[in-house]
Amino acid sequence: MDIAPYLLLATLEGLVQASVLMLTALGLSLVFGVMRVVNVAHGEFYMLGAVGAWLCATLIPGHPAISFAVALIVAPLIVGLLAALADRAILQRINYNPEATIVSTIGISYIIQQLTLMTFGPDARAVDPPFYYNIRFPWFGYSSYKFFIIGVAVALVATLWLLMKHSKMGLLMRATQYDRETALNFGIPVGRVYSAVFAFGAMMAAVAGVLVVPNSQAHYLMGHDPLLMSFIVVIVGGLGSIPGTIAAAVLIGLSDGLLSVFFSPTLAKIASTLLVALVLVFKPQGLFGKAGRI
Amino acid sequence: MSVMTVEGFDAFYGRSQALRGFSVELRGGEVLCLLGRNGAGKTTALKAIMGTIRRTAGRIVLDGRDLSALPAYEIPRAGIAHVPQGRRLFAELTVAENLEIGLSTRKSSRRALDYALGLFPVLTERMHQRSGTLSGGEQTMLTMARAMCIEPAVILLDEPTEGLMPSAIAGIREAVIRLRDNGVAVLLVEQRVDAVLPVADRVAFMDHGEIKARFTIDEVRNDLSLLHRYVGVGA
Ligand SMILES: Nc1ncnc2c1ncn2[C@@H]1O[C@H](COP(=O)(O)OP(=O)(O)OP(=O)(O)O)[C@@H](O)[C@H]1O
Ligand SMILES: [Mg+2]
Repeated sequence: MDIAPYLLLATLEGLVQASVLMLTALGLSLVFGVMRVVNVAHGEFYMLGAVGAWLCATLIPGHPAISFAVALIVAPLIVGLLAALADRAILQRINYNPEATIVSTIGISYIIQQLTLMTFGPDARAVDPPFYYNIRFPWFGYSSYKFFIIGVAVALVATLWLLMKHSKMGLLMRATQYDRETALNFGIPVGRVYSAVFAFGAMMAAVAGVLVVPNSQAHYLMGHDPLLMSFIVVIVGGLGSIPGTIAAAVLIGLSDGLLSVFFSPTLAKIASTLLVALVLVFKPQGLFGKAGRI
Repeated sequence: MSVMTVEGFDAFYGRSQALRGFSVELRGGEVLCLLGRNGAGKTTALKAIMGTIRRTAGRIVLDGRDLSALPAYEIPRAGIAHVPQGRRLFAELTVAENLEIGLSTRKSSRRALDYALGLFPVLTERMHQRSGTLSGGEQTMLTMARAMCIEPAVILLDEPTEGLMPSAIAGIREAVIRLRDNGVAVLLVEQRVDAVLPVADRVAFMDHGEIKARFTIDEVRNDLSLLHRYVGVGA
């Protein structure tokens, strides 16, 4: 048996996983980095993105590419708005107290899950990919849609990076992240920056959710796994570090793909969880995090 | 005619009262020194002015405009700048980026930057250096320049000479005089009396969250025992 095709397939699968993971985890990391909020409801924003994609697919007639394009823009916007409201109505009121935010985001997560269940029911819903074209490799055909996922993820992450490093909004976010009080002293409306960051983080999860539906299915409980995996990535990569989060997502996505193809998905999950345990023991600030900067 | 009037500030940390009817008046182009022992409430008073800690009573007026009800981020926009205790630079950012944060709410940022750098020309050669690698004196200059980027009418300086070498202290003192000569009202918090005597126009002594006594600088110079009475010189 020739191993090369399997290796290629596993790598591709791993990269697709890594892309989705990278988007989701960066959202979580951004929110934690700037606001010091551990957002347990993050997986639900991902789920809402997926459900939004399904809703668009059922409501909008015509070619699946049209409803998909609409979903890719509208679902994240609605999810972002929802997140900003949650920030204003709940997180701001409890003053971003660390324990209270964990408990209340758990609450938000249940509310979103149950509302989705009550509205759309318990069934898993499939969505057609926007295009079916297969890319032929010598050994197998591979869905071009999966390459599209990788492309969108890379483009979005590059945009995020540029925004954080080179835009005024990014500078305000970084200033808020480093020192909230000093940011206030320079007229930066920290409350608004927080709402924007929380919305932005949720939107990244929602985009990942939209991207993933044609591959898997939309379901009200689908947020669990990405939440857990994002926590793993964020811890391994170093809390609040963008490059660390990207590197960890690729590392974990790839190893997940390889282990799943060659062994079993369960082993893959065991391996990533083990990695987290090791990182926490030997390098608690994360593989790429700087010691001393929380 | 005073630029800034602060009246009757009360503030609490939990149950303990940190400010009791704190009041000051500042005129343009003068330096008011706020002196007091450790824990007297000087830092708290400045934070209360900036609105970054909650006040339970009191009023603040700047240039005839009542700022009492504004959210914290509006205070610097109205024209009050703050140089916090312990500097609190963004150590990982460059000098230029630190100044950019100071400029972030300015409309004409070019003019404001020229103004700030004109007051602290030493920084112009260091624009791309990480601010954490500046010397202590330069870091203090940078925090002052960053504050001047908002072109304030009032600047609050919280122990800018803390932990500096005597030579650097002289530089800060000159900088304070430059600000004053530019018409800025300076509220200078210090513990070391010798650091303020040369620059102060008036002195206020603070203890247990309130101002216990106010003197002109001549009154203090003529009767140095005042210092013993209120702060204990050498402290
Ligand atoms: N965050 C806080 N929580 C509780 N108490 C505080 C807090 N900050 C200050 N205090 C208390 O309030 C009082 C005034 O503190 P403040 O920092 O204003 O004093 P200060 O005059 O600036 O002292 P120093 O000269 O040491 O800087 C002190 O008793 C201090 O212990
Ligand atoms: Mg102090």
